[in-house]
Amino acid sequence: MVHKRVMEKLAILADAAKYDVSCSSSQSTRKNKDKGLGDTGHGICHAYTEDGRCVSLLKILLTNHCIFDCAYCVSRKSNDIKRAAFTVQEVVDLTIGFYRRNYIEGLFLSSGIFDNPDFTMERLVRIVKKLRLEENFNGYIHLKAIPGASEELLKEAGLYADRLSVNVEMPTEKSLKLLAPDKNHKDVIQPMEYLKNEIAGYKEEKKSNYKAPLFAPAGQSTQMVIGATQENDLEILGMANYFYDTMQMKRVYYSGYVPISYDNRLPAIGTPVPMIRENRLYQADWLMRFYGFKVNEIVGFDQPNLDLDIDPKLGWALRNLNQFPVDINTADLELILRIPGIGVLSAKKIVAARKFKKLQATDLQKLGIAYSRSKYFLAFASPFQLRKDLTSAQIKEHILNFQKSKYQNNFSNQLALF
Amino acid sequence: MTQIIYDGSYEGWLTAVFEIYEYKFKDVAFAKDETSTALLFCNKHFVDTDHAKADRVLNGLQKRLSNSGFSNLYYAFLSEMNQIEETLFRYVQYVLASRINIEQDFSNSSVLNVQKAMQLTGKESHRMKAFVRFKLTKDNLYYAIVEPDCNVLPLIENHFKNRYADQRWLIYDAKRKYGIYYDLENVSTVEMQFDANSSSSKFLAEICDDNEEFFQSLWRNYFKSVNIESRKNTKLHIQHMPKRYWKNLTEKIPDLKSRK
Repeated sequence: MVHKRVMEKLAILADAAKYDVSCSSSQSTRKNKDKGLGDTGHGICHAYTEDGRCVSLLKILLTNHCIFDCAYCVSRKSNDIKRAAFTVQEVVDLTIGFYRRNYIEGLFLSSGIFDNPDFTMERLVRIVKKLRLEENFNGYIHLKAIPGASEELLKEAGLYADRLSVNVEMPTEKSLKLLAPDKNHKDVIQPMEYLKNEIAGYKEEKKSNYKAPLFAPAGQSTQMVIGATQENDLEILGMANYFYDTMQMKRVYYSGYVPISYDNRLPAIGTPVPMIRENRLYQADWLMRFYGFKVNEIVGFDQPNLDLDIDPKLGWALRNLNQFPVDINTADLELILRIPGIGVLSAKKIVAARKFKKLQATDLQKLGIAYSRSKYFLAFASPFQLRKDLTSAQIKEHILNFQKSKYQNNFSNQLALF
Repeated sequence: MTQIIYDGSYEGWLTAVFEIYEYKFKDVAFAKDETSTALLFCNKHFVDTDHAKADRVLNGLQKRLSNSGFSNLYYAFLSEMNQIEETLFRYVQYVLASRINIEQDFSNSSVLNVQKAMQLTGKESHRMKAFVRFKLTKDNLYYAIVEPDCNVLPLIENHFKNRYADQRWLIYDAKRKYGIYYDLENVSTVEMQFDANSSSSKFLAEICDDNEEFFQSLWRNYFKSVNIESRKNTKLHIQHMPKRYWKNLTEKIPDLKSRK
C-alpha cells in the first residue's frame, strides 16, 4: 500500500460513511473454519467515538463519487468535496490489518453510486468474495445493497455477507421526492422484498439441510433520516412497523439529521441535531420489539408525536392509568414489562425472585429497577402502597422533579426566555 | 475468629471451604498468602491446595446449582472484589443448607452480591474482548497489554483462540504479571516481565513490524474521522470507554510524531 494516499482516502471515505448509523455486528452465525481468521457471534463494540457512538466495524465507502444529488447526503454530486475511491485490494488489506489487531469486528461497506448500480454492486461483491474465499475471513460483513442492482448480484452478495441493507432514507415518499428527485420508494422496496424472500428461503432450506450455504444470516436492516423534513413520529414509527412486520427487518435505524449543506429545503447549518427525538424514537422502537407494544399504543392520530420530556413507556402509562397499579407478585411478565422504570432484565428477575418470597419495595430497589419512576405504578400485595389520589399530570410532575434528565438543559433554555 | 490463609487460586479457595466444614470453624476471614493483612489475636489456619477436596466441594455445588449458577461462582471469584471470599463462602453455605435451588433468591444479600460480582467480571471480560489492541512484532507475534480490574484472562482465552486461529498472539496482564500465549495450537499461561513502556517510539522501531506504526496511525486517523463533532457527548464516551483503559488503547495514544 502507498501509505500516504491510503491514509488520505481512509479519512475521506470514513468521514463520508459516518452518517450511516448501523453499527451492529451480531446475530450472525459464521464460525471460524480450517484455522482461518475470524469468528462471528455476539457482536463486540471495540471503541466509542467522542460523540459516544460505538465503533464495531470498519465503516467506509468504496467511493464517494456519486451520480445522484440527494440533498441530505454529503456525497451528493453537487457538493464540492474531495473525492476518492478505494481499490478492491486496499479495502481487503485494511479490513484484515484492522481485524488482526482486534480493532474491529469486521467491515461495513457502502458506496456512492458511480457509473451505474450494477457496476458499483459488482465491486462490492468482489471485495466480500476476496475476503471470504482468498483470505478465509470469517468476521462480520455488512454490505449495502445498491438499489437498481441486478438480482444475481444481490444474491451473490447475500452468499458472502452477514447482513445486507438498503436505506429507505426518508420516511415518506413525499419528502424523498423533495430531497432526492431521482429516487422513489419503489426502488428501495424492491430489493428489500427480494432479500426478504431469499432470506426466508434460506431459513426454510436450513431446516432440512443444515449445510445449506449461508444467506445474509444476520438479516437486513434499513435507516431513515429524522428531522430533515416534516414527518411526525406516527409516520416514522408506522414505516418502521411496516419494515418489522412485512419485511422481517432485524433493525430499523433512525438518524437524526446533521445539517451539512446550505439548501433551503433543509434545516439551516447550525440547527441542533434532533438528539432527544432520535433517542425517543429508539425507545419506542425497543418497546415495539422487546416489550410487546403495538405501534398504535405508542403514537396515534390524536397524538402523532412522542413526548420529548418523558420516555414513551412512561407516556403510555400516564395515558392508561386505569391499567395500574400492577401487583408485581402476581402479574404476568407482559404486564410487568409495561411498568415504567422496569426493563426486560429486571422484569425477568422479579418473576424469578418472587417464587421465594413476597417482594416488597426494598427488594425491588435492590434489584436495580428505577424505583423512583416505577413506584407510582406498583402494588405489593396488600395494603396497596399506590398513591391512588394522584392524577397523570401530578405523577409526571413528581417524576420530572425527581429525575435529573440528561436533556434537562434542552428544556430549560426555553424557560430562560421568560 | 479463624483466619484462613490460602494461595489465592480458585482451587485453593475451594479447598479452604472444605476445610472450614472439616474443622468446623465458626467465624472465618480469608487472606491470601500474605501476612500484612493478618489479624492480630486470632487463630490462623493455613490451607494447602488439594484437588481432591476442591473437587468434592465442586461436586456438591454442581448438584445444587444450574450450569450457569455453577459457572457464576467462578466468575464472581475472579472479580477480586473486596471480601469476595467471605461473600462467596456465605453464598455456598446457603446453597449447601437449602434443599431447593436458591440462585435466584435475589432478595438474599449474598445471592445478590454474588450476582453483582459475577456481572462485574462478565462486563469486564466482555470489555477486554473489545479493548485488547494487538501490535505486530518483527517475528510475527501479535501482542497486547491489558490491565483489567478483574482477573479475566482465563475467561477470554477461548474467544481469542477461536477468533485468531491463524496468528500467534500474547495477551499480557500487567497488573497480575502473567499472560496467555497462543502458539497456533494451544493457549498456555506464561509468567514474564514485559517492558511496560511499549508505546515509545524506540520500542516500536526495535520490536515492531515495519507496517505496525502505519496501521496504528491509520486506526487513529479512522477513529478521528468517524466522530461527528456536532454530536459530541463526552460523558457517554467515558462511560463506554473508561479512562483507566486509555493508556493501552491505540486510538487514545497520540501519534508518534507528537509523542516524546
